[in-house]
Amino acid sequence: MEGQGKTERIFVREQSIPPRPAPVSERGFLGWARANLFSNWINSIITLVSAYVILDVAWTLFDWAILRAVWSGSNRDACVSADPSVVPGACWAFVRAKFGQWVYGLYPVDQRWRVDIVYAVGALALIPMLIPRVPYKRANAIFLLVVYPTMALILLTGGHFQFSSGTWLTLIVIMLAALGIILFFSLVAGILELRMSLTNWAVISGAVLLLFAVLSVDFGLTRVDTPLWGGLLVTLVVALSGIVASLPLGILLALGRRSKLPVVRLFSVMFIELWRGVPLVTVLFMASVVLPLFMPEGTSIDKLLRAMVGTALFAAAYMAEVVRGGLQAIPRGQYEAADALGLSYWRKLRFIILPQALRIVIPGIVNSFLSLFKDTTLVSIIGIFDLLGILNAGLGDPNWASPQTGPTGYFAVALIYLLFCSGISRYSLFIENRLAVGHKR
Amino acid sequence: MSDAAQAANTTQPEIAVQITGMNKWYGDFHVLRDINLTVYKGERIVICGPSGSGKSTLIRCINRLEAHQSGKIIVDGIELTDDLKKIDEIRREVGMVFQHFNLFPHLTILENCTLAPIWVRKMPKKAAEELAMKYLERVKIPEQAHKYPGQLSGGQQQRVAIARALCMNPRIMLFDEPTSALDPEMIKEVLDVMVDLAQSGMTMLCVTHEMGFARQVANRVIFMDEGQIVEQNEPKEFFTNPRSERTKLFLSQILH
Repeated sequence: MEGQGKTERIFVREQSIPPRPAPVSERGFLGWARANLFSNWINSIITLVSAYVILDVAWTLFDWAILRAVWSGSNRDACVSADPSVVPGACWAFVRAKFGQWVYGLYPVDQRWRVDIVYAVGALALIPMLIPRVPYKRANAIFLLVVYPTMALILLTGGHFQFSSGTWLTLIVIMLAALGIILFFSLVAGILELRMSLTNWAVISGAVLLLFAVLSVDFGLTRVDTPLWGGLLVTLVVALSGIVASLPLGILLALGRRSKLPVVRLFSVMFIELWRGVPLVTVLFMASVVLPLFMPEGTSIDKLLRAMVGTALFAAAYMAEVVRGGLQAIPRGQYEAADALGLSYWRKLRFIILPQALRIVIPGIVNSFLSLFKDTTLVSIIGIFDLLGILNAGLGDPNWASPQTGPTGYFAVALIYLLFCSGISRYSLFIENRLAVGHKR
Repeated sequence: MSDAAQAANTTQPEIAVQITGMNKWYGDFHVLRDINLTVYKGERIVICGPSGSGKSTLIRCINRLEAHQSGKIIVDGIELTDDLKKIDEIRREVGMVFQHFNLFPHLTILENCTLAPIWVRKMPKKAAEELAMKYLERVKIPEQAHKYPGQLSGGQQQRVAIARALCMNPRIMLFDEPTSALDPEMIKEVLDVMVDLAQSGMTMLCVTHEMGFARQVANRVIFMDEGQIVEQNEPKEFFTNPRSERTKLFLSQILH
């Protein structure tokens, strides 16, 4: 009796139990399927019904897009069957015939090489930028943000802009105004560091003057005005310029909205609320129809440029609120610790606050980028032919009028948008995970 | 009492912080009332008091994390006003350690320590890293230099926070309840670092409830209640012979 009691209440393990593999029913595909698809009879029925629906849809699509599809032809006859019992599938011949227009718009065919160079250089510069391991990120970024846009502008338009003396005068007035603001904020308000701001001002002013000088040089390229641009070219130009401009502008607006200076805060709040309170369609109409009425006689700003600025400012207002959400998520202790170390306002933002705040709001930022990319389709209502606009124009071509032309065109364009958008979203997930590894808890 | 403290008292005392007739309000709430306090170089001052008594607010006024509304605060010979340049000048010379460490979670321990020396003191990166390693060794965690704050224990994080402040070579160190957020077993490692720092002659103002620490290193203990300095005295006298009723009550509650 006593001995038994002892062994039950006092126990010492002398040999540890080695781990054994789990039973087959818990492992591999079978185990996964059992746990997730067929765990009880309701799940099993749902699994079977869903499998049937998915396969049915997939088969119908495959049948339409591949098996019954028409791949070549020079006009609508290819896509219309003479025999009523045979219903033709997707009319890929139409996409093939119009693909050049989709990519280049009405850009003159003998000048399309210029667009090709812009596409190719852009891709070649962007890819190393997106791969974290590749070095020289700073040089790469400067190329992408300064040199490349200038090059693209000259190649696409032909350069050789004629600037009037008024333009140069305006430029100098703006620079002096900026200098005045810097002097005010550094000497009187004490928010900016004088020497650093002056160097920045000199560098930026120099760059702007150089830009205008380069733009007025004659490179011997034929002029191609923006009404001839179209398709993917316009979509990418509007979307990328919007993306690149809206993030820094949004950050500045978000900071302005949290500023202690009443004027800055009021301006930021008004700007954000105004642009957020107006539909993009209205913004575009204002830019294309109303704005020219207020311009002095004889001056005109390119319609595409106006649309670009409109979309960028519109996106910036949304971006500002996304970034503000990130700023609010940073604990007060982070600001205080940076202050206590004597870091200036801008360094505190650059090294402590923004890296953390922007990382938090990556999903929101990408959301804004994606909706901006798709919202560019709205420029077609003011007569600019983006990818969707050029498709619609092509659908009106009587040469290609057939029941399958429309569905095929929309399907193909949807695929192109999907390709770009899912690319952006997959890349953002990759970056998010990479940054999360950096400071795991 | 250590020799350093004696030395600081006998040689010609230089003033590190001087607060005269200082008042502060949060809205209508009078947080700090007529504060007068002079801290000499090399002095170690412990500030204690019940929660809400204004002790944290007081030391946060010294590096302008909080602004005062009346009276004068002179730190290291510079008066604190709205002038941002002077505020930055003072913050460079005054290190601070917080209750919740406030390390920068996206930077490694080494980067946490080198950021301010590089960008505020304009030190070359290499020199800043050497300096940081020196202080990380002093707080006994050089092997953690390349980890992120989230991978360290609370006690280790607080020691990094002390090293980060020391990397600016401050003349004055402020501690705002540095051990209150720590597990009991980690308090000692942080206090050991603080004792070591005190023995090196650093001017320190500590808000803390660690009475053992106060007895061991403080020159003066200040007791605050309802935004006022109620009593200040040498630690021995303060603990054995408190004069005000409020102090007696407070001590009877925390020492048991």
